[in-house]
Amino acid sequence: MASLVAILDVKGKSLITRSYRDDVPPSYIERFLPLVLDMEEENVQVTPCFSDEGINYMHIRHNNLYLLAMSKRNSNAAEIIFFLHRLCSVLTEYFKELEEESIRDNFVIIYELLDEMMDFGYPQTTESKILQEYITQESHKLEVQARPPMAVTNAVSWRSEGIRYRKNEVFLDVVESVNLLVNAAGNVIRSEILGAVKMKCYLSGMPELRLGLNDKVMFESTGRAARGKSIEMEDVKFHQCVRLSRFENDRTISFIPPDGEFELMSYRLSTPVKPLVWVEASVESHRGSRVEYMVKIRGQFKRKSTANNVEIYVPVPDDADSPKFRTSVGSVVYAPEKSAFVWKIKQLGGGRDYLMRAHFGLPSVRNEELDKRAPISVKFEIPYFTVSGIQVRYLKIVEKSGYQALPWVRYITQNGDDYVLRTITDAKSSSIIAPL
Amino acid sequence: MSAAPPRKGENWELRQQLNSEYRDKRADAIKRVIANHTIGKDCSGLFPDVVKNMQTDDLEQKKLVYLYLMNYAKTQPELVILAVNTFVKDTADSNPLVRALAIRTMSVLRAEKILDYLASPLSRCLKDENPYVRKTAALCVAKVFDLKPELCVEYGFIETLRDLIGDGNPMVVANAVAALGDIHEASLALPPSNPSSPNGESPPPSSRPSSQLFIIDQPTLTKLLVALNECSEWGRIAILNTLARYKAQDVAESEHICERVMPQFQHINAAVVLGAVKVIMIHMRNVQREDLLRSLSRKMAPPLVTLISSAPEVQWVALRNINLLLQKRPDILANEMRVFFCKYNDPPYVKVEKLEIMVRLASERNVDTLLGELKEYASEVDVEFVRKAVLAIGQAAIKIETAAERCVGVLMDLIETRVSYVVQEAVIVMKDIFRKYPHSYEGIIPALCANLDELDEPEAKASLIWIIGEYAEKIDNADELLTVFLEAFKEESYPVQLQTLTAIVKLFLKKPDQSQAIVQRVLQAATKDCDSPDVRDRAYIYWRLLSSDPAAAKSVVLSVRPPISLPQTTVVPAILEELLGEISSLASVYHKPAATFIGKGRLGAEEMQRRAVDQTRPEEEVSREKALQTVVAGQQAENLLDFDDEPSAPTEAGAISSQAIASAAKSSNPLDELMDLFSSASMAAPTTQPVQSTGMSGSMADLMSPMNGSGTRSGVVSPTVAAPPPQQQLNGAEDDLLGLF
Repeated sequence: MASLVAILDVKGKSLITRSYRDDVPPSYIERFLPLVLDMEEENVQVTPCFSDEGINYMHIRHNNLYLLAMSKRNSNAAEIIFFLHRLCSVLTEYFKELEEESIRDNFVIIYELLDEMMDFGYPQTTESKILQEYITQESHKLEVQARPPMAVTNAVSWRSEGIRYRKNEVFLDVVESVNLLVNAAGNVIRSEILGAVKMKCYLSGMPELRLGLNDKVMFESTGRAARGKSIEMEDVKFHQCVRLSRFENDRTISFIPPDGEFELMSYRLSTPVKPLVWVEASVESHRGSRVEYMVKIRGQFKRKSTANNVEIYVPVPDDADSPKFRTSVGSVVYAPEKSAFVWKIKQLGGGRDYLMRAHFGLPSVRNEELDKRAPISVKFEIPYFTVSGIQVRYLKIVEKSGYQALPWVRYITQNGDDYVLRTITDAKSSSIIAPL
Repeated sequence: MSAAPPRKGENWELRQQLNSEYRDKRADAIKRVIANHTIGKDCSGLFPDVVKNMQTDDLEQKKLVYLYLMNYAKTQPELVILAVNTFVKDTADSNPLVRALAIRTMSVLRAEKILDYLASPLSRCLKDENPYVRKTAALCVAKVFDLKPELCVEYGFIETLRDLIGDGNPMVVANAVAALGDIHEASLALPPSNPSSPNGESPPPSSRPSSQLFIIDQPTLTKLLVALNECSEWGRIAILNTLARYKAQDVAESEHICERVMPQFQHINAAVVLGAVKVIMIHMRNVQREDLLRSLSRKMAPPLVTLISSAPEVQWVALRNINLLLQKRPDILANEMRVFFCKYNDPPYVKVEKLEIMVRLASERNVDTLLGELKEYASEVDVEFVRKAVLAIGQAAIKIETAAERCVGVLMDLIETRVSYVVQEAVIVMKDIFRKYPHSYEGIIPALCANLDELDEPEAKASLIWIIGEYAEKIDNADELLTVFLEAFKEESYPVQLQTLTAIVKLFLKKPDQSQAIVQRVLQAATKDCDSPDVRDRAYIYWRLLSSDPAAAKSVVLSVRPPISLPQTTVVPAILEELLGEISSLASVYHKPAATFIGKGRLGAEEMQRRAVDQTRPEEEVSREKALQTVVAGQQAENLLDFDDEPSAPTEAGAISSQAIASAAKSSNPLDELMDLFSSASMAAPTTQPVQSTGMSGSMADLMSPMNGSGTRSGVVSPTVAAPPPQQQLNGAEDDLLGLF
């Protein structure tokens, strides 16, 4: 429950405010940023929720904006914080970029959205696809008045009736993101696979879909001997269209899909993963004059696979200058705004390894501060491959008109947002780095 | 009214446009009015002109006019009546969107006059054929209840809401449940004697209106469980909240609820997952079937882990709740410590929570990985985080005896880095390790003393001084080291002075021949030149003890103290139970009972009063209340030692505490300190935490008063004083008290 929702600029001034209840006066918005600054000053951790004089402030940050909700009661913090994120994504879908300017330009429609997405402090419809059906920039130009789409209150709140396609198709993308943490000794200390099944549905009518995966739990419960590999998903999350009780009973994934693009499910596996792309770097640092890097990369996956768009971010001191790079493959650029250089390789074959060297100048005046020891982070994509070995066994599509529809499946493995290696070793004593 | 002359020009212009004969111009003007409102300009002067534009086919324009009305109805109550006709007409429009919009807006206009016209359209909309209108109207009942509860009763809106729980449309059910929940919560805040709230069934005077308004009986339960699987995500949250309030009739029913709620763990919405966790934690209390209990615990882990991959703010809420859950059921995530490893770019508030949870999950099996990770954190640049990481190493040492040596090793490595704040924190942590494992790691004392000059923080200094005093007999140059501090006695902060004083007295008791002079000096300095009563009083006590009965002095100052331990919980059990019943709410995020941070104390006070009146409350509530009272008592720096003697007459105690809570909640940062007292502060330094010093000096004085009294009267210290006072076992605060000696 929230009494008020507001979007504030970086100075804490309200860009747009919607009051849902009378118990928190909008003037309290102005107190938010000073409170945050006070806490920072007193070295108190600023947390997403805090309370002051009986008012609870719950906020998230997005770019340079604060999305703030306030209440006087013991509200459901998880609900409100999650709602603010949802608000963020709905507004982003409406205006591409959620920032000060897009808010100022679209205040009318944002008021409309805020009115529809929350009532009396309780979240209502937050599906942007459904909202777009009756809240649009052009609504007033229509001859006919908009009506609430059936979907708003339907049991199937995510799909409207009467959808027609000439060609019925479904595209399934299985995307696995690998998160990995390698310590300085080169051991994997944490790894997980975050998988997602994304769909693009172009189907007519109200189709019933059933998705079959090589799910170990289901194989075991049905007593079917698994042909080939089966995988054990640790935690599965579904789009609201999937019948959860059915999955709980017999692991069947059955659903009526929303129209167009959506994420059907996500899953997690924490089985140990061998680093698919291995990177290590040695540093030879001469304080006050220069610092040299040697970076080694290796594709540790099957020879027939290829990793595309590989990017390796190697951190360097903030005050490094005059970069020089040498490499046999790809290109290297210095990204001073990130205090790193980036080695980009378009295609990295399985089992191949490459070297690159970098040389930076350092100012002769020594930096007093300690070096931040940021880890190396890596980005990559490996198509036609999943680390977990997940497979789509079937996708059954049944619609009462009985049309035939074609499912297309694609697999891809990529880095997660936390694929990092702390494998920068100091090479002060041994001079393994040859001069450029 | 408040319009200044230059703005008048614009308002005048707007007024012209609002009254223009052209539709476009009027629509445009309304937009400009709203734009002005958005940037904070007062547009109340245009009220009549805007209201004229209410009747329109343009939905967007209508919405804007409604928005205007919502914001300015309060300022122009006498003019709102102008809008009533259109409102009533709109609630009967052929477009459900318009009907819903009208009823939604009408019910939030805070004007008495409107309310009288609202009743009949609302009854109509509650039974509208369109579910969109019904779901909107359902929430309107809660809005009306907020304004005028008796109206809801008079027109039977609440019964209608209860009927809507059986509605065929899940969205309607969800909003009906949300509205009833809201009404329930609002009615709790109403004064119990409110004549309007009992709904005419002549309930007994002692019962609250709340219990009349939203009873969840078995048929309702069935309906809720059915709707749970069909609702939108937000609806599920409302239903789960309600299920959490339901008191199961028997074990079978609890089991049934758990089984039906479990699938919600798979939901993508973090609030649904936490809501499901809440319901299960509550109803699990009744479940006895071992296999079900095990399967519930097992199934709870994966969704909790997945929450850690969400957006940082959601993560934080999840982490705070996980922290609570682990206090009750430490086993659920026993194998998942790695998940909580901090990412390099996690926001600081997430990192701190993760650290705490990592320590909670530390065990013999994973302690090596943990130490490797903590050491890595200790080399990062964020000072606060580094300090917390060092502290966590100490906590791991205290928690896992077999790993203590390795922890000490890591700490020594860190001290060698010579980074000032790392060294200081490590010294503080080492002191705690010495308190837990006396005489185990004396070998490292020289290494610690080598860093004497680098310490500039009071807490670190005090810790090192404590170590020197404690092991004075083993340190050859202890007197030299302590003299260093004595030299600067006057400039030091009080905690350092206190420690210096105690350490030198300990030294004297251990090596009387070497340190006669130095003890004289410190007693002189502390009694003559010091302006802190605590330091002075303590010096006098020592002085008397030493001069009258050195043996007694020895048994007091050098008495064996109980070892410290890492508390499993950070809140008292009764409050933990309450908070677990509120998982996902702000209370569970703050780790504070709701009564302490809402309603500026007023609500809290009433709540306590009502509880005091209610004679039939269960045991648990009594103990919870007692705990709450103690929390409050503690904040007021009252004597903590009275805790156990508190009279158990609930009415009396309740009355006291209601005021206490009221005043406690008024202070700006109510519970932080209180909770500190309860976190059985054993990890805190003996004397240095400013927060504790108030409470402690109070209890300190109390402890000392009998000694002081008997000393002055009879001139002889009675031997019984030497025995540790029985209250000292009470809780962590006393641990620290012991640390003084």
